[in-house]
Amino acid sequence: MMKVNITVNGAPTEGEIEPRTLLVHYIREHLNLTGTNIGCDTSSCGACTVHLNGEAVKSCTILAVQADGDKVDTIEGLSKDGVMHPMQQAFMENHGLQCGYCTPGMVMAAIGLLNENPNPSEQEVRLGLEGNLCRCTGYHNIVKSVLAAAGKN
Amino acid sequence: MTIIENRPNTVIGTRLLRREDPALLTGEGKYTSDLNIPGALHMAVLRSPHASATIVKIDTKAAAALPGVVAVYTGADLQSMWAAPMPCAWAVTTDMKNPPHYPLAAKLVCYVGDGVVAILATSETVSRDALDLIDVEYEVHKPVVNVEEALGDKIIVHADLGTNKSYTWPLKIEATPGCVDEAFKNAAFKVSERYVQQRLLPMAMEPRAIAAVPQPFGGDITLYSSTQVPHILKVMTALTLGIPEHQMRVIAPSVGGGFGSKLNVYAEELLCVALARKHKLPVRWVEERSENSYATIHGRGQVQYVELAADKNGKLTAVRVRIVADMGAYLQLVTPGIPILGAFLYAGVYDIPQAYDFECVGIFTNLTPTDAYRGAGRPEATYAIETAMDALARQMGIDPFELRKRNYIKKEQFPYTAFSGLTYDSGDHLLAAEKAVALADYAGIRAKQAEQNVDGAKKRLGVGMVSYFEMCGLAPSRVLASLNYSAGGWESATVRVLPTAKVQVVTGTSPHGQGHETSWAMIASEKLGIPVEDIDVLHSDTAIAPLGLDTYGSRSLPVGGVAIAGACDKVIDKARLIAAHQLECSAEDLEFAGGVFSVKGSPDRAVPMAALAFAAFTAHNLPDGLEPNLEAQYTYDPPNFSWPFGTHICVLEIDIETGKVDVLKYVAVDDCGVQINPLIVEGQVHGGVVQGLAQALFEEAVHDSDGNLKNGTLAEYLVPAACDVPSITTSFTVTPSPTNQLGVKGIGEAGTIGAAPAVMNAVVDALSGLGITHMDMPASPKNVWLAIQAASSK
Repeated sequence: MMKVNITVNGAPTEGEIEPRTLLVHYIREHLNLTGTNIGCDTSSCGACTVHLNGEAVKSCTILAVQADGDKVDTIEGLSKDGVMHPMQQAFMENHGLQCGYCTPGMVMAAIGLLNENPNPSEQEVRLGLEGNLCRCTGYHNIVKSVLAAAGKN
Repeated sequence: MTIIENRPNTVIGTRLLRREDPALLTGEGKYTSDLNIPGALHMAVLRSPHASATIVKIDTKAAAALPGVVAVYTGADLQSMWAAPMPCAWAVTTDMKNPPHYPLAAKLVCYVGDGVVAILATSETVSRDALDLIDVEYEVHKPVVNVEEALGDKIIVHADLGTNKSYTWPLKIEATPGCVDEAFKNAAFKVSERYVQQRLLPMAMEPRAIAAVPQPFGGDITLYSSTQVPHILKVMTALTLGIPEHQMRVIAPSVGGGFGSKLNVYAEELLCVALARKHKLPVRWVEERSENSYATIHGRGQVQYVELAADKNGKLTAVRVRIVADMGAYLQLVTPGIPILGAFLYAGVYDIPQAYDFECVGIFTNLTPTDAYRGAGRPEATYAIETAMDALARQMGIDPFELRKRNYIKKEQFPYTAFSGLTYDSGDHLLAAEKAVALADYAGIRAKQAEQNVDGAKKRLGVGMVSYFEMCGLAPSRVLASLNYSAGGWESATVRVLPTAKVQVVTGTSPHGQGHETSWAMIASEKLGIPVEDIDVLHSDTAIAPLGLDTYGSRSLPVGGVAIAGACDKVIDKARLIAAHQLECSAEDLEFAGGVFSVKGSPDRAVPMAALAFAAFTAHNLPDGLEPNLEAQYTYDPPNFSWPFGTHICVLEIDIETGKVDVLKYVAVDDCGVQINPLIVEGQVHGGVVQGLAQALFEEAVHDSDGNLKNGTLAEYLVPAACDVPSITTSFTVTPSPTNQLGVKGIGEAGTIGAAPAVMNAVVDALSGLGITHMDMPASPKNVWLAIQAASSK
């Protein structure tokens, strides 16, 4: 067992974990933050995307021990005082989600995308979200949501 | 019949944002694997690595000794626990062969992924670690994985049956005996095509998850499952395990997509319930993605032989169809019925005489069972007729749109009694097609194509059109009876106006992304005149909504939504009696609008629904004999299917040096009658189109000759990402359905039905100048490139 200290959504957390524990399992099982979903076993779907030190990463590609001492933000940490983050709001207003399973990862990836490129074209949004799969929306309204959050609609 | 349409101040027809979204956007939504269930045991299933083998010996000692492992069960260990084999609810013929299928194989494994051993452990990690410690000795047999080879019976999947043929299902409709043969003999033009509907992996983003939780009192058990069908699952689990039905409760928490793949009764659901009862502890299971690829059903899997006969003007005179349908190794819940759902649609939207000859054979192979996948039989049928129509147009040297125009059922022919005896409720194919043609700038594209697709052109432009019918809204119970389906097709709703005029709508539909909570509240709000935010929608829990037939086949709105409207009518009728009593008038003298009953001609004498709800609750002063409370249950059995329709046009460009297809424009003009919430309707079309486009361009479950799935992970199976697909131009025509009071039709599967043939017609159109007249799906760069090479070497 190994000890980790990770700041999650601004609060310090401490865990005793098996070294093989993935960050996503630490978040879901040790912290019971189940908003971060698991959709595959090949780091392909992006449902588990979180922010690690401000950057969007797939939390199934990282061991929890690798995040020791780091800052992690999950979907649960986005809304403040019951007010959704502008990206969450944009997804709601543009029907950017259906079943919602890819949504937390998609929202985290989309925020990461705008952090890097605040003024993306439609094609840049599509390419920027390449690592996140959705089976419901056909991406049309996801792309629209991200462009809206960037102030483009 | 009143159709709710174009009324002032209505809720119906507005783009109301979804009430489901805040929980899903903030991580508050709970899917089955998110549930916190203290003390639960975790199940893992060891699966056969062989497509056909006899289990000789299983050594579980090392696994059982692993700390944290609670129990290890083989199929033989559990055989006494099943009251019946796993259910198939659709014996399409009386002599259909249905080999017994149990949650774990006891002796023979029949596909890669067939369950062999179940492990219970105190953690998910340990349960999976223990799988590696089990030693199974198999005697391996040669499998049969190609459905047309299986037809020959050289290798037989289930030796006891003596054949791989499960059934032969014919539908021959002739105005006079022999008229199909006659039509082909006299045809000016004939088309004969073979199409392959490749196997697809449904790939709902949430893999399946299950938790079976024994309740502390009364021997009851609650099954949480990532399912589309909690009601069907409840009945079937009770029957399969011999549990009294009233002691089973099934809850579908938030469900992360289904697309038909969660319309089933799965081995793992039965195992979890059986083992939870045995151990008197909760048992849960979460599917891994690569496990999902062989443990969850596959879609499609058909070989289609389609022949069209036409007169000199291209008017269809007969249709002949032969289907070889791949059942996989066993019949799951509705496996054999899937191709039959398409059987009536091989004449598409065209006016044909009674000269139709269809036959489907269901064939076992050593592969994962097939079953419902978005569209279920209808995309396959639409693909066949619509690509064959393009082949006919090419042969005749006329534009595919012109050929379609000559054959469309005309607006004035509706309601239209088809060759099959089915009645198509309403439609205007030409209107939808003309709208699509205008939006796509069809004439402009054709002109550009003539300029661009010259000899030596590296990029070739193609345009493909599809006009479709979606036979949906499953289904009139009597029609299901005629198809030997073992349940009805009704839907139930309860509407309850609480004392404070808040409303509970209880529905038997079970959403998994479709936004029923929003749309159903809109319907009840419209009917009752109560603000939409005061209406709650309860669903997907058989203890709260005991009656229901769940969500599939684009049935939820045209059956379940209409049931809600019917329940509201009953509530209004009852409230009217109380209002008449209070206002001292006769019920007939009252009119009801905007949530208020008023005496006709004296609007001052009025009482709102809110006051009536409270009066019904206190019951202090009700008319004699009237029961207290304002609540009504209504079950709606639709008199007909609903028949949405539309025209889709795809414009694409193919790089003939790389074979890469770029979709430049996709136009979808759909008609699903009256729209409750256009925002949600558009979303259904977008998602459906991309799923159909994915079949056309990207997806295929590829097996080797030993029956191993070669691309069973999301790294290899090409579910398209945002950058792989175009944005979609959606537009609509509105032709209300005359068969229900809302005027609605389904829309969940239309996109998928239209898209695959629209894309493939465009692909072949782009390459036709190179001598290519046929292309199998998926039109991947490799397949397109190979086709171009083959054509150029001719």
